[in-house]
Amino acid sequence: MQFRSILAATLAVAFSTAAYAQEFNDPVEFKKQRDLLSTKAEGPDGKPWEQHLGGAMIDTAKFKKDGPHTICFSNAGVFNPWRVVGLNNLKGEAALQKDRIKELVILDAEGKDDKQISDIQSLLDGGKCDVLIVSPTTTAALTPAVEAACEKLPVIVFDRGVNTKCPVTYIHPVGGYGFGITSGEFIASKLPKGSNVLALRIVAGVDVLETRYSAAKSIFDEAGINVIGSEFTGSDRAKTKSVVEDYINRGQKIDAVWMDAGDTATAALEAFEDAGLPYPVISGEDQQDFLRKWQKENLVAIAPSYPTYQWRTPVIAALDILDGKSIPGPEWNLPQPAITQETLASYIDERMPALHYSLCGCQDLPGYPEQWGGK
Amino acid sequence: MTAIPDTARPARRISLRGLNFALLIFVVLYAGIAILQPNYLDAALFMNFLRRAAPLIILACGQLYVILSGGFDLSMGAVVTLVVLAASMLIGGDPTMTWPVIAGLYAMGLAVGLANGLIVSFLKVPSIIATLGMMLLINGLALAWSGGAPRGDLPDNFRDLGRLVLRDVPLLGVLPIAVIILVVVTALAWWGLHATAYGKRLLAVGDNPRAAELAGVPVKPTRIAAFVISALSAVTAGILIGGFSGVSVNAGRGLELQAIAACVIGGAQLLGGRGSVVGALFGALSLFALFTLLNLLGLPQALRDSLQGVILIAAVGASVLRHRRSS
Repeated sequence: MQFRSILAATLAVAFSTAAYAQEFNDPVEFKKQRDLLSTKAEGPDGKPWEQHLGGAMIDTAKFKKDGPHTICFSNAGVFNPWRVVGLNNLKGEAALQKDRIKELVILDAEGKDDKQISDIQSLLDGGKCDVLIVSPTTTAALTPAVEAACEKLPVIVFDRGVNTKCPVTYIHPVGGYGFGITSGEFIASKLPKGSNVLALRIVAGVDVLETRYSAAKSIFDEAGINVIGSEFTGSDRAKTKSVVEDYINRGQKIDAVWMDAGDTATAALEAFEDAGLPYPVISGEDQQDFLRKWQKENLVAIAPSYPTYQWRTPVIAALDILDGKSIPGPEWNLPQPAITQETLASYIDERMPALHYSLCGCQDLPGYPEQWGGK
Repeated sequence: MTAIPDTARPARRISLRGLNFALLIFVVLYAGIAILQPNYLDAALFMNFLRRAAPLIILACGQLYVILSGGFDLSMGAVVTLVVLAASMLIGGDPTMTWPVIAGLYAMGLAVGLANGLIVSFLKVPSIIATLGMMLLINGLALAWSGGAPRGDLPDNFRDLGRLVLRDVPLLGVLPIAVIILVVVTALAWWGLHATAYGKRLLAVGDNPRAAELAGVPVKPTRIAAFVISALSAVTAGILIGGFSGVSVNAGRGLELQAIAACVIGGAQLLGGRGSVVGALFGALSLFALFTLLNLLGLPQALRDSLQGVILIAAVGASVLRHRRSS
């Protein structure tokens, strides 16, 4: 029974990857995000969560309302460290603005579409909410629920999108192509033509991850760098380390490791350590354990980000909307910086846990660092 | 009175056959690996292979006890995850805490095993349901405790248990600590099952609980002990996995199924009463060799997973068929 379901699930993943492969390689979106990476951000300096990269402004005068307000948030879930840090940021921003907020209601969908749809319904039925923030579990499934909500109150969507233009704004950083471009170009710039790169990925079929890979892959192809393998690790450190060891044991030289998310970067590096090999060029992410290792071992590395500070922005947007202020929309593109050798030291904070994301923009929030698990 | 020799004799014969089958698969698969990658014949790479297979073998040994008693332990993977997360959060990077925390982890494993065993024995909940519930409970607790983002860190003296490799060892060249632990655990498991009265009671309980009870075997304590052994082996595997690769929120995902598959490939009968530690050992090695071989073949991931599924079903199916024919 279990084996049959494993097999069925595997086949489903296999077919869904094949069916969607094309969608994740969109040259127009690739170019747009490449341009956005170098666009100068507008907004207050040093507060990237309040900045935006070009784009239009939306008039929200019709939503103006007297405070204090009840902000409702339907969260896809807190199933990974990235979302844990993010949720703390969102709560922190609300705590910072507590004079203007009567109540912050958070419902956790635990990663299930059906639960999130009923969560949104119950928030609407409760009648308490002045504004609704949604971080959708999946795009298509949540679209009707978001459309229904738009008819009753202002809606803000962030992180992943929905297939409707009805929300007042959709907040997100540059995107998956941007992530792949930053890391791919860095690796390509450090290696001669004909070098070997091993790509480590989390899972198949998730748009923000697939676009990261497709962007990096096209850069490697252009630069004449061989992608000797593209492996899914399921975000599991033991599996990551085993996969890398297997590649090392094949005897093929690995010059670089590219990752679509850096949560297992240290495990990949340990495989080289245990085999007594020099470290490869590597792209990770803004997690503390990777940054510390990078500094300690003097790696040739880059940490592109999908910054968790984006979780602060919806609260700011919600209050601006209820004040009737114009906000960036219908898309609010946040800057998506990368940590480089030059800026590395400033992102390391020894007080924080290993899996903390440094680009949280949370250092000025009430309760830092304890609320984020720091000492 | 004749019941005991009747169950004991076929059990020995079949466990030997199961061993041969698993040993054969392992040799074939490892030969495949060596053909693709001759350096796997080096002692160093073989030791590395054993180091990585160690957690699965240890889990299979523990799972075997429960399977022999006629049950399943689906909570093993969750125990592994909890061990890794708890170790990181309780030790918090402080090397002096390592040993006290490891003692605490075993106490926790003892509690989980006792709970599983008591629920199955006294509440008469089928073990597949009881341990499934336990799996959800532990996974939930681990997630709630860590908040999805484990804090703390694992110091080197903890990591060494799964990671450190002794160099310049006579004969072997290199010797990972994990392999030493593996040898000790398998020897203990072998002794417990094949050289003690407890092992014989366990086989009797799994083969026919009613007959065993009438013959004076304390059925409930025997079953409970099997669940405790299983949980303790999961703690050991968790320590090795945490040591090998560090903190991960999904360290143990799916391991319980692999452990069950390893036992069955190794000739254990799913409804209990038949099986051997050496069979489980080679079952786990076969499974791990299969993973390695598919990896070395460089097949696309999706195809590799499918093939792995097919081979698992085939291996388990074949072993069940063999048992059906022989009984």
